[in-house]
Amino acid sequence: METVFAQSLPLSRYILEFTYLIASILFVFGLKSLSHPDTARKGMFLAEAGMAAAIVGTLFHQDIHFYGWIIFGLITGSMVGAAFAIWVPMTAMPQRTALSHAFGAVAAALVGISEFIIHGSELSAFTRGALGFEVMLGTLTTTGSLIAAGKLQGTIRGTPVQFKGQQLLNLLIFFGMFSCFIYSVIYRDAAAAFYGMVALGLLFGIMLVIPIGSADMPVVMSLLNSYAGLSSAATGFVLGNNVLIIAGTLDGFSGFILSVLMCKAMNRSITNVLFGGFGAVHHDAAAAGEQGTMREIKLDDAAIQLRYANKVIFVPGYGLATAQAQHAVRELANVLEEHGVTVKYAIHPVAGRMPGHMNVLLAEANVPYGELYEMEQINPEFPTTDVAVVVGANDVVNPDARDNPNSPIAGMPIIEVDRAKSVIVLKRGQGRGFSGLENPLFFKPVTNMLYGDAKSTLTSLTQAVQSA
Amino acid sequence: MSPLVLIASLYVFALAAFLGYQVISRVPPLLHTPLMSATNAISGISLIGSLVIAGAHEFNTHTLLAGGNDAKPSIVTILGTVAVFTATVNVVSGFGLTDRMLKMFRREIKTKEAK
Repeated sequence: METVFAQSLPLSRYILEFTYLIASILFVFGLKSLSHPDTARKGMFLAEAGMAAAIVGTLFHQDIHFYGWIIFGLITGSMVGAAFAIWVPMTAMPQRTALSHAFGAVAAALVGISEFIIHGSELSAFTRGALGFEVMLGTLTTTGSLIAAGKLQGTIRGTPVQFKGQQLLNLLIFFGMFSCFIYSVIYRDAAAAFYGMVALGLLFGIMLVIPIGSADMPVVMSLLNSYAGLSSAATGFVLGNNVLIIAGTLDGFSGFILSVLMCKAMNRSITNVLFGGFGAVHHDAAAAGEQGTMREIKLDDAAIQLRYANKVIFVPGYGLATAQAQHAVRELANVLEEHGVTVKYAIHPVAGRMPGHMNVLLAEANVPYGELYEMEQINPEFPTTDVAVVVGANDVVNPDARDNPNSPIAGMPIIEVDRAKSVIVLKRGQGRGFSGLENPLFFKPVTNMLYGDAKSTLTSLTQAVQSA
Repeated sequence: MSPLVLIASLYVFALAAFLGYQVISRVPPLLHTPLMSATNAISGISLIGSLVIAGAHEFNTHTLLAGGNDAKPSIVTILGTVAVFTATVNVVSGFGLTDRMLKMFRREIKTKEAK
């Protein structure tokens, strides 16, 4: 070996670096396989193999001398992780994902802090910068994700917390954190500044997420995903480890791309999102608009309408998840299909609380993915649709976004159910949705309202269709 | 980190960013939830950093309680162990849930459930 490279490393190190290289390649293959549902599973097995190789290889790292705590962490972590993997219901995926962003960020932040404790006085200015990024992103993502998870789980109230001077206070916290960061980059071993940065980072994460309403969660989730990934990438720079840089960057960019897509689907700008000023927009102006009467439809009449329709499109929203109604929708669709009705599902990109949430729920209920349509694909079909059934969705079908330039959600692309020949809206009660906006769809002549819990209403509808 | 290693790392970062953009923009909205879960599991690779930190020093209750510089190795071992725990949870639950979700996406349902 000495003759090949100027500087020689132990053979074990070469083997380890080689496993990391293989792992990096397998990760990319794994993500690439996600471009199609048929190839996805196989690809993810490759990624898992890469991960296993990297972990096992690292256990033989020359710097590891004590195994007790490692084994303890690995075993307890595997048990908790396996419990999550087996028992988390699909409806709870958003809060599970938020929690995992927090866990990933905690790991990155703790590695950063440990690195500072041990090597703080030997680090170069560049490494101190990378370390600062790692710790800042790690800490703010930790608390931000925990707040998001709490809101999604319902342990923290989902309504936005807003007060006077909030933006100014947030700005001050941010500048405080950033000043500590700059100071700790310029000065070696600046413990006070470093721990000040940790504390302010934790605080900033909380402040960043509390003003955000539940309906905006898909954007927040994607953004926190991006931050968690980038903090892992920064860890890679600190430790000089390429596989960490690669995996963290892939994760960071995935989150970033999802954020951009979610923003587009809500007609918000990315700068609006990056500076955390979102969510507030909705609640300032809950314009009432001209009201009319909402017509309620009897269950049996709705059943007959559906039974004799040619084409029915279901439009699910977050209400479907809260009511756990995905199986009930599928049963109704099955009965309709048996009666010769064409059934499709229209999925808005921000329906639910995280990107792709509705697709997973409907897939769980055995809906073949060929029946799930994206917004752009399905919108031209509504004029030829006999009945559009809205299940627990509100803003994503609000025609004001298209027709009323003064609406707070003006310009947001919507699923144009109001162009269907008739619309049935399944809704818990007469109140407004999470955003507090009036929805003119409910007052349109084509629309009929069916109040009640989505799951039991759908089950009764299924029975009514069978006997009709 | 030597300047050359740093430059090489920046190359890796830039290329990974480009590759990530190319690969991930091809993932259909249908699979965005599994994508988030999968990237989460993959970035759990930070586990390898946590492992080295948790296993590099000896944990000793006496020096930990004594405080000061002597306590550092024990403190770092605790922080590293917590990091090993959280990263392992992410790796295991991330890959586990991704697979559980992907299993559900089927082109057709072969056996139409009997009523």
